[in-house]
Amino acid sequence: MASYSANSREEGRAPLPMENRELDWWLMPLLTVVVLTLFGVYTTFRAFENNYYLYTKNGANYLSPFYSPLLPIAWSLHLPLFGLKMVSPAIYILIFPLAFRLTCYYYRKAYYRSFFWDPPACAVAEPRADARMKYTGERKFPFILQNLHRYAFYAAVVIVIILWKDTVDAFIWTGPDGSHHFGIGVGSIVFLVNIILLSLYTFSCHSWRHLIGGKHNCYSCSCVTRSSYGIWKKVSFLNHNHALWAWVSMLSVWFTDFYVMAVASGMFKDIRIL
Amino acid sequence: MRDKVTIRLFRGNANGGTETDYEVTTFPGMVVLDAIHQIQGTQDSTVACRWNCKAAKCGSCSAEINGRPRLMCKSHVEDFADSNGLIRVHPLKTFPLIKDLVTDVSINYRTAEKIPPLTVSEDIPRPFKMQQIDVERIQEFRKCIECFLCQDVCHVLRDHNRKDGYFGPRFMIKIAALSMHPLDTGNRLRQLKEEGGIGYCNITKCCEEVCPEHIHLTDNGIIPLKERVADYYYDPLKILIRKIVGPKKK
Ligand code: SF4
Ligand code: SF4
Ligand code: FES
Ligand code: FES
Repeated sequence: MASYSANSREEGRAPLPMENRELDWWLMPLLTVVVLTLFGVYTTFRAFENNYYLYTKNGANYLSPFYSPLLPIAWSLHLPLFGLKMVSPAIYILIFPLAFRLTCYYYRKAYYRSFFWDPPACAVAEPRADARMKYTGERKFPFILQNLHRYAFYAAVVIVIILWKDTVDAFIWTGPDGSHHFGIGVGSIVFLVNIILLSLYTFSCHSWRHLIGGKHNCYSCSCVTRSSYGIWKKVSFLNHNHALWAWVSMLSVWFTDFYVMAVASGMFKDIRIL
Repeated sequence: MRDKVTIRLFRGNANGGTETDYEVTTFPGMVVLDAIHQIQGTQDSTVACRWNCKAAKCGSCSAEINGRPRLMCKSHVEDFADSNGLIRVHPLKTFPLIKDLVTDVSINYRTAEKIPPLTVSEDIPRPFKMQQIDVERIQEFRKCIECFLCQDVCHVLRDHNRKDGYFGPRFMIKIAALSMHPLDTGNRLRQLKEEGGIGYCNITKCCEEVCPEHIHLTDNGIIPLKERVADYYYDPLKILIRKIVGPKKK
């Protein structure tokens, strides 16, 4: 049996190691690290690839969410070592969803835990004992910027509207004579599922929940606050599963881009259902 | 269910101690607090533990069972015994230890004193009449039984020991209940940002995970408060509008 003596513990706390949990806590952080890293690597590759983002064969109209809206010009950047380079338009688009997810309250929890180990899991000791008093949370740069999450939300709403338009387009097929008609391919379904999940994620956002009604203290005071209470209730209902929407919408947007890349590069064929 | 389990209990004080094994006889529905009582009654009456209701309502019997902050009276022996029938019971590790399972949680009472009570204008007729839709949100926070498990698990207080900088989750929801109160006229935002240290919370949600009352401390309390603080102190557009139009009356 272990015996313990007081040594470095502050304020007369129990002279025990901070944690004695069995090793069951690391699964979630590990999974988060693996999936987020894979997603990061894939997205970076696709953003720079600047190819296979539009599929128009057989009259289809699939535009990858990573490259939407189609920017008319490929802006160039003056890079320190490489000189003037054309940069894939995806870079300019992806900063917005990236900022949205990076500052999202759920993703913050996920990466503070799994990447920063602040803390790695509940009641599991943080490893860097020497840095303990230096912790500043979200009070100092850069994490103080998390307070501007609402602006990333505004941008995300614009993106969601654009992606809804792309989804409608994915159901409109171009005939050989140039006419447009309704049709469904497997890709159209992929687009539809993706935009529904992205909308659920976006409109279950905590900043939105605050904006739409959470900021009021008195709901019964006027008809405006009364109706905002109704919307706030619905957003709260969605918000309850915000973490779930965060994960599934990330996987769906990933899959949608992969699907477009795969059909555009000829890896496999899109099947027309209707 | 096994007939006997072993409770590996921390015995000692802040100067040192040992984990001591006690074998206890189980019965259906037995909780860890029952096991501690059995040890006190039949093996060692000097074991110190705090309890009161045995109904998960007084918040006294907080401890760390197999490393998890829990109420002892709400933790079934069956659920916690490992394959060898062993359960480890430790005191809360964030607060000063008095003896065995009893810790000094008085810092929480000192923090509570720093929060100004509900402030209602004299013009409002008493007693207050309030609508259900206005109190619904804050009723959740009033379920708190002050077990301080959330304070114990919060890494800001536990690992970083920033009790000087952060009030802790229990007091964030106390302030939330006041801030969201339709009649409260107190300005809570400055205290939240400065003395209360809401910025220390990185919304990693351990408080929410351990709360025996299932209060959504972060989702319904701390995050909405962070948004309110952002409204006032960080949102450049709102700051600009306030500069032009003047401050909004509460
Ligand atoms: S969410 Fe915030 S208050 Fe709750 S345990 Fe984590 S850091 Fe502490
Ligand atoms: S909020 Fe929950 S965990 Fe924290 S003191 Fe209250 S009841 Fe206990
Ligand atoms: S998107 Fe997650 S909180 Fe706003
Ligand atoms: S004894 Fe009252 S909460 Fe456990």
